[in-house]
Order: sequence, then C-alpha cells, then structure tokens
Amino acid sequence: MLSASRVMFGHLEDVVMSNLLDLIIAGLATGAIYAIVAVGFTLLWQTSQTINFAQGEFVMLPAFLMLAAMQVGAPFWLAILIGVLLSMLLLGLGFKILLVDPMLRHGVLPLAIATMALAIGIKEAVKQFFSAEASPFPSVVPAGDVTLFGRHVALQSVGVLALAILAVIALTTFLNRSSIGHQMQAAAQNPTVARIVGVPVERMILLTFLINAVLVALASLLITPIYLAKFSSGEVLGQAAFIAAIVGGFNQVRGAIAGGLLIGVVDNLAAAYVSTQYRAAVPLILLIVIILFRPQGLLGRPEERTV
Amino acid sequence: MTAIPKYLRIALGLVIIVVLIVVPMNFNRYGLYILSQWAVMTIAAMGLNLTLGYAGQVSLAQGAFVGIGAYAAAITTTSGWPLIAALGVAIVLCFAIGWVLGYPALRVQHHYLAFVTLAFSTLAFLVFRNEDWLTKGIYGISNIPRPNVFGFATNRPLPFYYLCLGSLGIVTSAVWWLIRSPWGRAFVALRENPTRALSLGIDTRRYTLMAFAIGSALGGVAGTLYAPLTQYIDPVPFNLSLSLDLLMMVIVGGAGFFFGPFLGAMIAVLLPEWLRFTAGYYLMLYAVAVIGLLIYSPTGILGILDRMLAERRTKVASALRAVAKSRLETAP
Repeated sequence: MLSASRVMFGHLEDVVMSNLLDLIIAGLATGAIYAIVAVGFTLLWQTSQTINFAQGEFVMLPAFLMLAAMQVGAPFWLAILIGVLLSMLLLGLGFKILLVDPMLRHGVLPLAIATMALAIGIKEAVKQFFSAEASPFPSVVPAGDVTLFGRHVALQSVGVLALAILAVIALTTFLNRSSIGHQMQAAAQNPTVARIVGVPVERMILLTFLINAVLVALASLLITPIYLAKFSSGEVLGQAAFIAAIVGGFNQVRGAIAGGLLIGVVDNLAAAYVSTQYRAAVPLILLIVIILFRPQGLLGRPEERTV
Repeated sequence: MTAIPKYLRIALGLVIIVVLIVVPMNFNRYGLYILSQWAVMTIAAMGLNLTLGYAGQVSLAQGAFVGIGAYAAAITTTSGWPLIAALGVAIVLCFAIGWVLGYPALRVQHHYLAFVTLAFSTLAFLVFRNEDWLTKGIYGISNIPRPNVFGFATNRPLPFYYLCLGSLGIVTSAVWWLIRSPWGRAFVALRENPTRALSLGIDTRRYTLMAFAIGSALGGVAGTLYAPLTQYIDPVPFNLSLSLDLLMMVIVGGAGFFFGPFLGAMIAVLLPEWLRFTAGYYLMLYAVAVIGLLIYSPTGILGILDRMLAERRTKVASALRAVAKSRLETAP
C-alpha cells in the first residue's frame, strides 16, 4: 500500500521539490540583495548611530539616476558608472555633510526623524522629476534558464545571487583583511581609542557613508530589473533591509548578511505556502519574536552600554 | 514658557479659542474639513506626545491605533450603535492593545521598540486589508453616519467641526490634568532617569505600560472622530506613513511640550494646503522644511521659543544682577 502510494505520488513529490528549490534559489537571490542593503544599514549605525529610515529610498534612487543617464544617450555600462558616482556624491557625501553631521550631536531620534523626512523628499522628487509610473530597467544578467543539479533555474536568480555573493565577499575581505578595513572597524567600535592610536576616525566615517552609497547603488542595479523602477518601491525594500539587519544582529556585518538571506527565503516560502495576503506578515512576526527573545539578533553581540 | 505672565497666557488661550470658534463660521466645506482634520490629528499626536514626549518611549504605531479606532467606529455605527458607544469600544480596545504592545517596551528600549511598533503598524494594516468579513477589505466601509449630539445633528460640516473642536477641548483638559497629576510626573521621571525613578519607588513597569496604553487610547479617540469625518474608510490612510507623519508632527511641534502637537499637526495638515500653489512640489518643500527645522532646532518649534525665552530670562537676570552689584559698590 505504502509503496504503491509512493509510486503514485512520486511524481507529485518531484514537482513540489523542484518548486521548493526554485523558491529557495529565488529567495536567496532577493535575500542577497536585502543583505547588501542591510549591511550598509548596519555600517551607518555602527559608525555614526544613524538609523537611516531612507535606506529603501536610497536603493530606489540610483536606478533612476542610471535611467536618466541612459535617456541622455549614455550606454548601459557608462550609465551604471554615472549612477554609482552620483550615488556616492549624493547619498554618500551629501547625506553625511548636509544631514548627518549637523544632526548627529542632537542624538539618535531627531536624526532618525530627519531621515524619515528625507525619504519623503526623495520619493516626491523622483515622482516629480522622473515619473510616477513604473519604468522597465535593463538587467545586467541575461534572461534564460540554466541547468543546476539537473533542474532548470532562472539565470536571473543565479546571476543576481552570484553577483551579490561576490559583493559581500569583497566587502568582508576588505573589512577583515585590509588595513583600512581594520581602521574602519576600530573607528566603529571605539572612536576614542581609535583616535588615540592614530586612526583618522572622521575619514573612516566618511568612507562608511561612501561604501553604503556604493552598496545601495549595487542593490538598485540588481533588484530594479526584477521589481521595475518605481518611486514607491523603496518602502518595501527599506523595511526588508531593516528586518534583515535586526534579525541578523544590528551590530554585525555577518549578522546582516545572514538576516538578509533568511528574510529573502522566508518571504518567498511564506508567499507560496502560507498565504499571499499575509506573506508580508511572516517576516514581521519573525522580527517581533527575535526582538523579544534575542534582541541582539541571531548573530549579534549584546550591545554594550556607552556612558 | 514661564516668562510670560499668567494673565497674558490665559488671555492668549481665550483669544485662540474664540478665533477657532468664530473665524471658521464662514469657511467653505473644504476649509472646515481641513480644520476638523487638524483637530483629529492633534488628538492623535497628543497621545503620542504623552508616550514619546513625556514617557520617552518611541512608538511608530500611533497611526495603527487611529486605524483601529476608525474601524471600531465605522463597524459599530454602521450597524446602528451611537458614536458614544463606539468611542467606548475604541478606547477600551486601543487601551488594551496598547497595554500589550507596551510589554516589549519593558524588555527593549529605543530603536528596538521603534521596530516592534513599526512591525505592529504594518501587521495592523494587513489585518485591515485582508479581513474582509470584518473590515470589508480594500473596498472599505462607506456611509458612516455622523452622530447627533444632545439632539443636534452634525451632518453639516460646521456642527461636525464644533464636535471635533469640543472633543479636542475635552482631551486637552484631560491630558492637562493628567500630566499635572502624580501619574504625569511619574511619566516624566521615567523619561529623565528610569533607574532613579525605580529607586524612588515608582513602579516603572506599570507606568511604562500605562503611558503606552493611554497614548494609544487617544489614538483610538482620534480614529473614532476620523471615521464620521470622512464618512468612508479604507485601509490606505492607516498605513505606516500615518504613524511616521504623527511622529513627525510631535517632533516638529516639540516633543514633551504640551502645545507641541497642536503646532505639529497644524504644520502637517495645513502647510500642505498653503503650499498647494506649488503643485507637485509641496511634499518636497515640506520634507526640506522639516529637515531644516530639525537641524536648526532638534527640539521642534516650541524648542526655539523655549530657547528664546530662556535667553531673555538670563539676560534679565544678569541685568538685575549688574544693577544689584553696582548698587552694592556705590553704597558706601
């Protein structure tokens, strides 16, 4: 009886399994993008106590900068370069000098509120100067399927995942192996001592803002072909990155990476197996549970009190 | 604020009240709608000011409580209940949910709490949108009746505006009384130095939950007025951005200042109307104005006023000191 049912349902199981694999790979791909955004988010928090409520809008904007560059005739590769540079200028340098520096001494909350206002400003500016409609965006990864473990998987997912993993590896290598990376970590962990041993703390903080700008531009490049370029797309993205950062650990780069991947997979599986209506609720419930029972995040350290 | 003599403050208050009653009499329907909205949002922001400004707990869920209140009012009044009963339901519901939501506040602080309430806010929105049997989902609830107050129908815009204004007056006096009561002082103690408050015998657990619950209940009161004001509700106005807007109102007006929410709500509700001539640019200008204000004065508009008054006070005091000193010197 049992073996008969196994023969009968073997094919069905196969379909479910392949579907599951697809879902997990697609989830890892979006999750890797969330991870990139979440890493930038935690970097800003670590070095300058900035809770950037505009992080989602930071991801939305570079795609429009690239689209604008293409509209004036730049080829795709040049548009990407212009987009990244403009992003470093506006979302890195400009954000730090015009908003964070003057607000930082006032404490965490006013700065967080100011970034909320900034999010509104960016959204409205894009709506006004570009378009309120969703625009298509060219993909850096060609369309089509690849065969992986004997199954067909969308090249888009695999390519995005590979690029995101490369970026994360490059960043962690830079932070953990290079001298500048060590200085950045020192500046983040204990600015006073770092200053005493000769680390140019101010320059390191600026560097984290520039790295964040590059990360959001990269995330923008990877995610916009999937979800189209729209002024309001930052809301969902920003929230996903938030949740990823907290679930993984607010004060750990590797925590943010793990959190991003986890949220991407959980989100995709919830959409398939829980309910499409409440898919957004699953990561939120995960967030609440984590905050209540392990507030430092899955991989985070408990935050030390600074007096 | 204490530098202004008391009789002047009372006179100023009376003038503002009279202006709020008399001037809108010849406003058109839209102007009255905006003013009513200002009154409603001020009530919600006062609740958040109690939680944030006085008790020091960051909440990103006030918009969700306005939503819960609005849905409670819409569902009960469309099935024939009077608005006052709906108000009771909304207050009890929001107080209870706020109390439960306050529990994370006991375990985690600051930004973590902000994220818990942010998650709650989005969850509440999902419930409004998906539970069709209760909230009619994305189609929303229409034909919400306006109440009769002491036999007066408030179907026309002006009487309904007076209802909103009267409610604002009642809430204002209640909050005024509350923050001068031992409770209010305990809230401030909680914000300023929780450890010391605890060592002085204040039950910080209970007061933290209380601050959350009362603030949330005021959100529910605002929602109860919001539903009959618009006479149609759907989930969209109660998404996360309402919570963020309310938080901005409190901070921009001046968190922890009694009249902060009045000013903050005025800027958030009326400024976009005044900037309407700039067409699509008004929200951009609003964002720039908020950032500029926060850079100039992180304690909000009333923070600027407070600073000016404090400076004048020190000037007066030092002038008096100088006079006293010269008298001492010229005395033989």
